[in-house]
Amino acid sequence: MFRGVKASIVFSGLLFCQMPRLLHAQESITPDSGTTAWMLTSTALVLLMIPGLAMFYGGLVRTKNVLGTMMHSFSAMAIIGVLWAVCGYALSFGKNVLGGWIGWNAELIFLNGIDGSIMAEGIPELVFAMFQGKFAIITPALIAGAFAERIRFRSYVLFITLWALVVYCPLCHWVWAKDGFLYNLGAKGAIDFAGGTVVHISAGVSALVASLYLGSRRGYPKTAMQPNNLVMTLIGAGLLWVGWFGFNAGSSISSGLDTARALTVTQVAAASGGLSWMFIEWLKHRKATSLGVASGILAGLVAITPAAGVVKTDGALVMGALASGICYLAITLKNRLAYDDSLDVFGIHGVAGIGGSLMLTFFIRSSWMEDASARAGGTWTIWQQLDVQATAVMIAIVYAALLSFLLLIVVNKTFGFRLKEQDEKAGMDHSIHGEHGYGLLNLH
Amino acid sequence: MKLVTAIIQPDRLDDVREALINAEITRITVSRATGHGRQMGEEFYRGQAFAPNLIPKVRLDIACNDEFVEITCNAIISAVKKGGSKIGDGKIFITPLEECIRIRTGERGGSAI
Repeated sequence: MFRGVKASIVFSGLLFCQMPRLLHAQESITPDSGTTAWMLTSTALVLLMIPGLAMFYGGLVRTKNVLGTMMHSFSAMAIIGVLWAVCGYALSFGKNVLGGWIGWNAELIFLNGIDGSIMAEGIPELVFAMFQGKFAIITPALIAGAFAERIRFRSYVLFITLWALVVYCPLCHWVWAKDGFLYNLGAKGAIDFAGGTVVHISAGVSALVASLYLGSRRGYPKTAMQPNNLVMTLIGAGLLWVGWFGFNAGSSISSGLDTARALTVTQVAAASGGLSWMFIEWLKHRKATSLGVASGILAGLVAITPAAGVVKTDGALVMGALASGICYLAITLKNRLAYDDSLDVFGIHGVAGIGGSLMLTFFIRSSWMEDASARAGGTWTIWQQLDVQATAVMIAIVYAALLSFLLLIVVNKTFGFRLKEQDEKAGMDHSIHGEHGYGLLNLH
Repeated sequence: MKLVTAIIQPDRLDDVREALINAEITRITVSRATGHGRQMGEEFYRGQAFAPNLIPKVRLDIACNDEFVEITCNAIISAVKKGGSKIGDGKIFITPLEECIRIRTGERGGSAI
């Protein structure tokens, strides 16, 4: 996410005690108001994606589970929001410890050490820390779609807390911290502009493991489990698209040419994904569905996420369209295999994330490849880069799958992950939260 | 012919439907209803417990021939009481049913049910 960022983490330790005086003595960088303004906006836009996700998921479940499902996203904002400030940032963007498995910098606890530091990009590091924090929130919230409508709230809380610490923070450190080993793989690193591996592959693969381990909802796939409110789902998809401009264009940590490029390909890939899903459904069923268009948009957005910094508009068009195609196939296959990844977290995020991270190799802008060749001291081919991409993808898949499996077992043995049969039938809103989603107003 | 109208707790609906299907009573109409009973329901709104005076319920309407009335009622009652019985479990009303017409064929009476 922050290629070329000169993080002032190293300085922040020094600055910790005598911040105001040393700041002027050691660093002459002042915040660039343009970049800072865009990064503040991006930070807010990425947060907007989480209520968007809550609406997207909330609309897709049955009426009795609408609040329980939306709570998965909202509670992630609360839980990871705290966790990130306490130690998440320190674990992700501290210096290599434990052989590079994770980062650590004690000065970053409670974000104390960066209270006054300005990064070389001209933004206060607090903005960067908060921007990164939103990614840490949305990633575990994505997983919740895989085990929707059937899990205990307290187990979910424990699971995402542990998952953020041992899956998200290490992956984030490997891919985005300057000393992370995937950041430094190959000539110019594994390309993951805004979170193809860190966010979408890790969440998608963990979701697949969770849905297989926890089993299906009662009655799946025999009983119809229809969405309670597709209108809300569409509004959620819309908010996700809007928020994604912050997610991708903000990941340039600048406000200039790279930002414009990222924003353009994000827009184009989303539209292309939506269009091609519409077309596929029309070919298959002679009807384009609203949920299909929303799914296609998401597939396009996920696929362009790792690629937004390196591909051009034509590449984005192709990637968006292909992402819809492979996600459609993946979901068709899921329905055949009849495992219950309830809201298709793997089918969309996992598949498009993997597809996008690999496909982008064939659409890299030539200036990037020339730069990589220069760094490699001669030539650097797309096949070499594909090798780097595949390595990063495999590492993310294997790591997320193994650790998620372990965490699922731990949580299941201690708290019990699934709801009791009675509670699952009654619905999460009633049995866990003591509320119901609709119709509160006419009860007087 | 009788019309069996059952008013039950919304969270019991799945169990009741399963029980009815097992008893081979498959033709039902379900609607949301709100109403009064002796039950004091409790919900939480911004952390405050309150007892709404109109409580959400589910209403099932089942038209059946006389010999199926008992089967239907027993299925509903046992499914509702499965997790223990309490005030607010609901009521069943049975009313005589004058006529029944299947619109598609024009059939009338017991065979139309």
